[in-house]
Amino acid sequence: MTNEELKQHITAALPTAVFDETGEWLNVQAEAGAWKPFVQWLRNGPLNMDYLFCLTCIDWSATPTGKNVLTMVYHFTSTAARHTIVVKVKLDRTKPEIETVSDIWRTAEFLEREVFELFGVQFLHHPDLRRLILTDDFEGYPLRKDFEDPVNMIKL
Amino acid sequence: MYRETQIINDSRKISSNGEDTGEGELVINVGPQHPATHGVLHLVITLQGETIQKVEPHLGYIHRSIEKMCESLSYRQFIYVTSRMDYLSSHINNHGCALCVEKGLQIEVPPRAQVIRVLMDELTRIASHELWWGAMAMDLGAFTPFFYAFRERETINDIMEETCGARLTMNYMVPGGVMYDIHPNFQKRVKDFIQLFRSKIDEYDDLVTGNIIFQNRTKGIGVLSKEDAISYGCSGPVARASGVHCDIRKLYPYEVYNKVEFDEILETAGDSFARYLVRVKELKQSVRIVEQLIDNIPDGDFQAKTKAVLKLPKGEFYSIVETARGELGVYIVSEGATTPYRIKFRSPGFSNLSALDHLSRGHKIGDLMAIMGTLDLVIPDIDR
Amino acid sequence: MDNNQNSDLKSASSSNGDFPGQTYELPGGGIIISSFTDIVNWARSNSLWPLTFATSCCGIEMMSVASSKYDFSRFGFEVARATPRQADVIIIAGTIVNKMAPVLKRLYDQMADPKYVVAMGACAISGGPFFYNTYSVVKGADHVIPVDVYIPGCPPRPEALLHALITLQQKIKSGLTREQIRAENLQP
Repeated sequence: MTNEELKQHITAALPTAVFDETGEWLNVQAEAGAWKPFVQWLRNGPLNMDYLFCLTCIDWSATPTGKNVLTMVYHFTSTAARHTIVVKVKLDRTKPEIETVSDIWRTAEFLEREVFELFGVQFLHHPDLRRLILTDDFEGYPLRKDFEDPVNMIKL
Repeated sequence: MYRETQIINDSRKISSNGEDTGEGELVINVGPQHPATHGVLHLVITLQGETIQKVEPHLGYIHRSIEKMCESLSYRQFIYVTSRMDYLSSHINNHGCALCVEKGLQIEVPPRAQVIRVLMDELTRIASHELWWGAMAMDLGAFTPFFYAFRERETINDIMEETCGARLTMNYMVPGGVMYDIHPNFQKRVKDFIQLFRSKIDEYDDLVTGNIIFQNRTKGIGVLSKEDAISYGCSGPVARASGVHCDIRKLYPYEVYNKVEFDEILETAGDSFARYLVRVKELKQSVRIVEQLIDNIPDGDFQAKTKAVLKLPKGEFYSIVETARGELGVYIVSEGATTPYRIKFRSPGFSNLSALDHLSRGHKIGDLMAIMGTLDLVIPDIDR
Repeated sequence: MDNNQNSDLKSASSSNGDFPGQTYELPGGGIIISSFTDIVNWARSNSLWPLTFATSCCGIEMMSVASSKYDFSRFGFEVARATPRQADVIIIAGTIVNKMAPVLKRLYDQMADPKYVVAMGACAISGGPFFYNTYSVVKGADHVIPVDVYIPGCPPRPEALLHALITLQQKIKSGLTREQIRAENLQP
């Protein structure tokens, strides 16, 4: 499908979506409020996005415009039709919460656990949200921009 | 070779996340110190007799905080760290990062550099599959294939060392091309190697693939259906053995892959034997690609002219390459500075590992090694 | 320690000859005069069994050393054991991170005396390429366990690992490993 058709379908499903076509793929800005029905529609609807290949988070607090924002980024593609979209969701840095997608795409179980422990984003209704790669007594969220660790980190 | 199994406590009925296990269930540890094939992976396995009920991987024993570190390195510097992520396909990792930086700066890579890059990638793929083959056979108890595999790998390492300067973690790809021109002996040595190798693949097939014990240990074990492979995000030979078309070299061709002829190997069975066959056949396809390219290296520059200090424009860039394990994605978010704002490496092993629990339920503990061997995990790639 | 003075491999690996001690040929047999410590050191150094402990990339070079081109079993490291209870030397090949450090300590404690440690690669010596700006890497394996031989390189060539193992053998024969110094100090 071309970008125009994708935009039409997505606006029909989520009227508040904002599009951005400066990158390689179509970027869709969605909200955390209506998140779960939108992703279920992405999986089961006409777009048939069955392959989630990248799930990550960006902490924008070192930029002037994004002081209080954590953005979740999801990259979807459809194995049948081979179109790719990128969905972004802005979260509040003081209380970042979003619904899990691990019941739709099983790969998200581990990916969301990793984002949880490195950034501190709470995934609601995740089957098993706990530490994956850091030590059990680690404090803080390392990949956030304001993470300070004078003991371990030696700055260049 | 044995694995290190420590039985924690027979009578303790609590599994690692606090749930009570049932009557007669045993929780054992495999790792983190294994015989040195996979790396440091800690599996907590809940067993009922010898049948596996649940496998829980504990990661992080080699988490070297590469993503945080790359935020303070420049665009030329961060490439050396990525060779150490999946060290068996280190050229391909570097290639992915260089492609992403070139996408951001819109640099055109000269044709000579493109062909050299593809040649190095395919030689690395052959070396990685060789090591996988030797290590997998050793896991199942056969020692001999390990020594045969390393003999071929040493030849490739020597060829790489002559041109790139290092045997294992070669930082040969730079944004714009390759770092030095190939050595004058390169073409001749590679041609000799290919001639020798073609006969050896058939010898290895006889040695292991046709072995009745090996087939009994891998056929029907760890079946992954096509929908599950897509849902778990598997890529590379793991997904191709279940029938998913996912070879990045065919879907989103980069460099000169759209000009060489090779087949995408697909199997439909989805069990361990199918994953094994996919990799062995991929060896032959890689040899085919090298044969087509080795005599046709175009003349010209081996590196495009770039500035000394690279600054990517503001925006996000994603590039995908096919490593020996699957699909590696490099995602760079840049704010216009000389260092990236955020880098994420989408590693193939991470998603392949998440399917391990699903694959091994109901099998015996001895089958777990066959499944893990065919998933071809390299743990530093998973933990980053 | 006369490590680099012997350029000839044969004399380097056996220091003063094949057997430590003096042999006298007499009719009806011979007499060997030596010190007990020397004989025990000679025997121990020629049969060190390594523990397979590889965390990252240096592990592949260690596997190369174990296989046919740079065979280390000709120096006595024949059987690489997977369990620390039966191993003599632990070759730390790879980066040690905060989560792995207690495991390494526990493996070292489980090894029986006398035990020796070789730190292979830049990561095990001092954190290596992961020294700056990482929150989880232990900057050198000798923060956790005492090390006898350090091998620089990233990864070191297989010949460098062989050189280090020969150096360890010489160190044992000369009685200067940490183990032996500690044992001497303990004796009354």
